[in-house]
Amino acid sequence: MTTTETDTTVTKIDVPAPKPPRRQREGGVLNVFSHGVLVIWAIMVVTPLLWAVMTSFKDDRSIFGSPWALPDKLHFDNWSRAWTQANMSDYFLNTVLVVGGSLIGTLVLGSMAAYVLARFDFPGNRFIYYLFIGGMSFPIMLALVPLFYVVNNMGLLNTLHGLILVYIAYSLPFTVFFLTAFFRTLPTSVAEAAFVDGASHTRTFFQIMLPMAKPGLISVGIFNFLGQWNQYMLPTVLNTDPDKHVLTQGLVQLAVSQGYKGDWSGLFAGLVMAMLPVLAAYIIFQRQVVAGLTAGALK
Amino acid sequence: MQHGKYRFIVGFLALPLGLYALFVVWPFIQSIYYSFTDWTGLSPEFKMVGLDNYRRMLHDDIFWKSLQHSLMFAIVLPLVTISLALFFAFMINVGGRRRKGGPVISGVRGSSFYKIVYFFPQVLSIAIVSLLFAFAYNPDSGAINSLLRGIGLDNIQPLWLGDPSLALWCVMAVLVWSTVGFFVVLFSAGMASIPMDLYEAALLDGAGRAATFFRITLPLLWDTVQSGWVYMGILALGAESFAVVQIMTTGPGGPDYSTTVMVLYVYQKAFRDGQAAYATTIGVALLIVTLAFAAVVMRLGRRERLEY
Repeated sequence: MTTTETDTTVTKIDVPAPKPPRRQREGGVLNVFSHGVLVIWAIMVVTPLLWAVMTSFKDDRSIFGSPWALPDKLHFDNWSRAWTQANMSDYFLNTVLVVGGSLIGTLVLGSMAAYVLARFDFPGNRFIYYLFIGGMSFPIMLALVPLFYVVNNMGLLNTLHGLILVYIAYSLPFTVFFLTAFFRTLPTSVAEAAFVDGASHTRTFFQIMLPMAKPGLISVGIFNFLGQWNQYMLPTVLNTDPDKHVLTQGLVQLAVSQGYKGDWSGLFAGLVMAMLPVLAAYIIFQRQVVAGLTAGALK
Repeated sequence: MQHGKYRFIVGFLALPLGLYALFVVWPFIQSIYYSFTDWTGLSPEFKMVGLDNYRRMLHDDIFWKSLQHSLMFAIVLPLVTISLALFFAFMINVGGRRRKGGPVISGVRGSSFYKIVYFFPQVLSIAIVSLLFAFAYNPDSGAINSLLRGIGLDNIQPLWLGDPSLALWCVMAVLVWSTVGFFVVLFSAGMASIPMDLYEAALLDGAGRAATFFRITLPLLWDTVQSGWVYMGILALGAESFAVVQIMTTGPGGPDYSTTVMVLYVYQKAFRDGQAAYATTIGVALLIVTLAFAAVVMRLGRRERLEY
């Protein structure tokens, strides 16, 4: 705050001579300060993650006895126990199936709807567009109460394909919003040329427009992948059968049941197991992930 | 382009729109309808009860508590997160030392490293993050209290999640931790598009760092800040606060209802207490709060759009 005040006074009086040295000094102090704060936050972000990795190699006694001590030896058995006995392998498989199915479904259905809404004039176009967009700002929990019974009546409760359909439906608002904007930016001439050459609308879409929309599909695909992989609320309500659990709810269930089973080291191994693939994927595809996740908010 | 146009439109829209209508739109409409009934969710029978649920809600102390906490999530949380993120982003992008002959402004050394690291929590599931911090907060064997003991602060051993006056703050801190990085990256992208000559002009006029931030960076970034606020507020009212509170707190929502939020209360009423109709009533209140929140932020934040 003091710097602001001095600055304004200097500006008002307008004495040019003493400026340069003061500025350099201010820059130096601020630089140390700003760097210090940035380093502290970086440590605060990394420490819990490293702590989790370290803890996953410890035995139960030292997890509770001395949380910050390094493991006496690397207990790899925690990991194998988590993978086999604690059902982490099942949770992984379920998550891969659900996210794989719903990601493909979201991209196909989302781009079909977005293309039509972006490129064709027909009565009701705006209405359908805003119907999709509205879904982004509505609290999902409100719909989840009746949705539970809708899904139940269709016999889709506690099934993976039921979960896939629901994931797709709830991913459509953002996907349609994003891809509609994207299709609008693509040139119309190519599609028109293809159409004149006798390609049908469907063929034009799949062979011309989709390949052209690839950058947009990648961004929105990453956004949906992370959202669906990390989804917790939808499966908690619609997927209560322990055999069908996805990773997030499986881990939470595990944490609850460890209260009496007492295999905390196995749980930590499970947590790290769920964390690492996503972090690794992020570090490899860092640029695309950031672009995908911030694309919506920057629009 | 007319030939087969409508058949194509219908063919392409039918599936996505049908799925969306069935799983999203229809349940929304239904739940507003159910809020006027006495449906339990357990049996198919119910009758209309008019505004009974709404009257009950207005006299429900737990509802008011959950509303209060949800508002905290929507207002305090984005305020803290966005301020921190603006500060970090400014430091990363504009905070660098001025070198002779170099550009007038520059990022600190290692700026891309910070952006990568800060973003880590954003890719993790909020459920996993919540589990991790629930361990860290454990008063006896948790990492935080044991760290305090380690540096000689044996008499400062808060109960964290077990203390009704602290629990809500503990929960919110976790969300701050996990979302700051997203906004740092978002604001950094925004700052990168601010033209350099504006900074040059400010420097010539003798503006310091703080003045540069408040007179140039913030106004030009205002649109991004505003949409970021709405985005985070909606998440904090809904899915995110559900996960952290449901996973981390005792009860969940405790101790003594000190952390209960609207979205959790809806869930508990519908799927634990068998009061589906009343749950949808609270859900409608949540809908109103969410829409009002978005409208207020957009309205309060409305400024003349600055073109640059």
